[in-house]
Amino acid sequence: MTVAWVDTVLQGLLLGGLYALFATGLSLIFGVMRIVNLAHGDLSILAAFLAVVVVETLGLNPFLALVLVAPLMAALGYALQTLVLNRLLGQGILPPILVTFGFSIIIQNALLETFSADSRRLNPGGIETASLALGSGLAIGWFPFITLAVAVLILVSLQLLISRMSVGRAFRATSDDQETAELMGIDNRRLYGLAMALSLGIVAVAGVFLGIRTTFTFSSGPDRLLFAFEAVIIGGLGSLWGTLVGGAVLGVAQTVGAKMSPGWGILTGHLVFLAVLLLRPQGLFAKARRSA
Amino acid sequence: MTLLSVRGLSAFYGSFQALFDISLEAEEGETVAVIGANGAGKTTMLRTIAGVLPVPASAVRFEGAPVGGRPAHELVDRGIVLVPEGRRIFPSLTVEENLRVGAYRARPGRWTLARVYALFPRLAERSRQPGTNLSGGEQQMLAIGRGLMANPRLLLVDEISLGLAPLVVQELYRVLRTIAGEGTTTLVVDQNVSQILPLAQRVYCLRKGAVSLEGRPAELTRARIAAAYFGV
Repeated sequence: MTVAWVDTVLQGLLLGGLYALFATGLSLIFGVMRIVNLAHGDLSILAAFLAVVVVETLGLNPFLALVLVAPLMAALGYALQTLVLNRLLGQGILPPILVTFGFSIIIQNALLETFSADSRRLNPGGIETASLALGSGLAIGWFPFITLAVAVLILVSLQLLISRMSVGRAFRATSDDQETAELMGIDNRRLYGLAMALSLGIVAVAGVFLGIRTTFTFSSGPDRLLFAFEAVIIGGLGSLWGTLVGGAVLGVAQTVGAKMSPGWGILTGHLVFLAVLLLRPQGLFAKARRSA
Repeated sequence: MTLLSVRGLSAFYGSFQALFDISLEAEEGETVAVIGANGAGKTTMLRTIAGVLPVPASAVRFEGAPVGGRPAHELVDRGIVLVPEGRRIFPSLTVEENLRVGAYRARPGRWTLARVYALFPRLAERSRQPGTNLSGGEQQMLAIGRGLMANPRLLLVDEISLGLAPLVVQELYRVLRTIAGEGTTTLVVDQNVSQILPLAQRVYCLRKGAVSLEGRPAELTRARIAAAYFGV
């Protein structure tokens, strides 16, 4: 009995790694430019389909396909930001929401047109079912473990970039005060392009890991966006570690809910999210100004 | 050599005209004082020169090239750097990070982190603190230091002494002398006329968005300045 519950929580924590991967890019974009990217989930599914194409044409392992897919998505992000979204700067919060919502619809329909409504999956060749025994009846899957490890690695790298590197200081300065950042010589349009490139590079990893973990279709994006939002808000906006914890809380809530009754998983996740919104709307790890 | 030349500059906020046909010059190495009452257009003028507000290209010339209306980050590349009114320190950044952001474009030149710390030892002592933890005077030092980190050819300083204690103002003016002594051209806005005139080689007084007086401080009497300042 106890072992089963420990196992459930453990699985939830590992699932949280995947959610954190989705949430990181969303959080970064919001933190730097105050834009909510409603196409975030669909872009991750686009990355998964791109990986399907790479795997099928080049015969690569899906993990290796990321070497192509992540830079491709990053380039797409830079183009979307500099060619389209930058035109909306200074027009308030609504235009970017409408435009990214439009992207979401366009991406879903383009995927449907190109890949049909069939569900797909990425096959990495056995590792997705391999597991590591921890003793006393507990075991964790290698793949969820790798997912969590990659999520932590990406978050640590991003944290280092933001706290130590010149471009990271520029991200924070622009987030604080865009006009003064311009006066320091920071070209915010180019900087926003870099932020979106980084965001979509990370979401490409999330999309491909999702595609290895489970099946996906052209319409899987919005759910991903929702979970990513929930992870970001539970953890607290602007805190990368909060995002990881937010993902873990959401993952545990879902697996515990599903353990109680198979249909309750998603619902329990939403309920925990609502509880956090009610009791601590700033999120568990929110910091007043400093972007952790 | 004329470093900055402003000719027939007018600026608008929507349909409201804030500047009327302003002309102003700064020779290489000079310290230029801009004085005038609240709402005279001093800040607006600095912001147009620094590329924050749109103006026709020919209205602002820098080293002879028309640069009016170019984006601020491009003007920083050319060496025009504005220390904005109200300091505008980045709250998410430490003192040292604020200074490093100033060097974002990595323009070559004499100003380095070490030299800025030598100029403002108090910033060195507080380098790891959030920039906004500093006192008002220290924040002004940080804002000036941040501007110097870009190695400006023309440093624009807006309302350098506004709201600061007399001792701090003296310290800031000592630093301005040092900066000018290094050969950096500066254009300084201050309402504290008696403080800034001894430092300047050239003075402009703005009133209601237009130049009401210009000249060399030695040639101007207090009465003429007061008349230009208040319009009496």
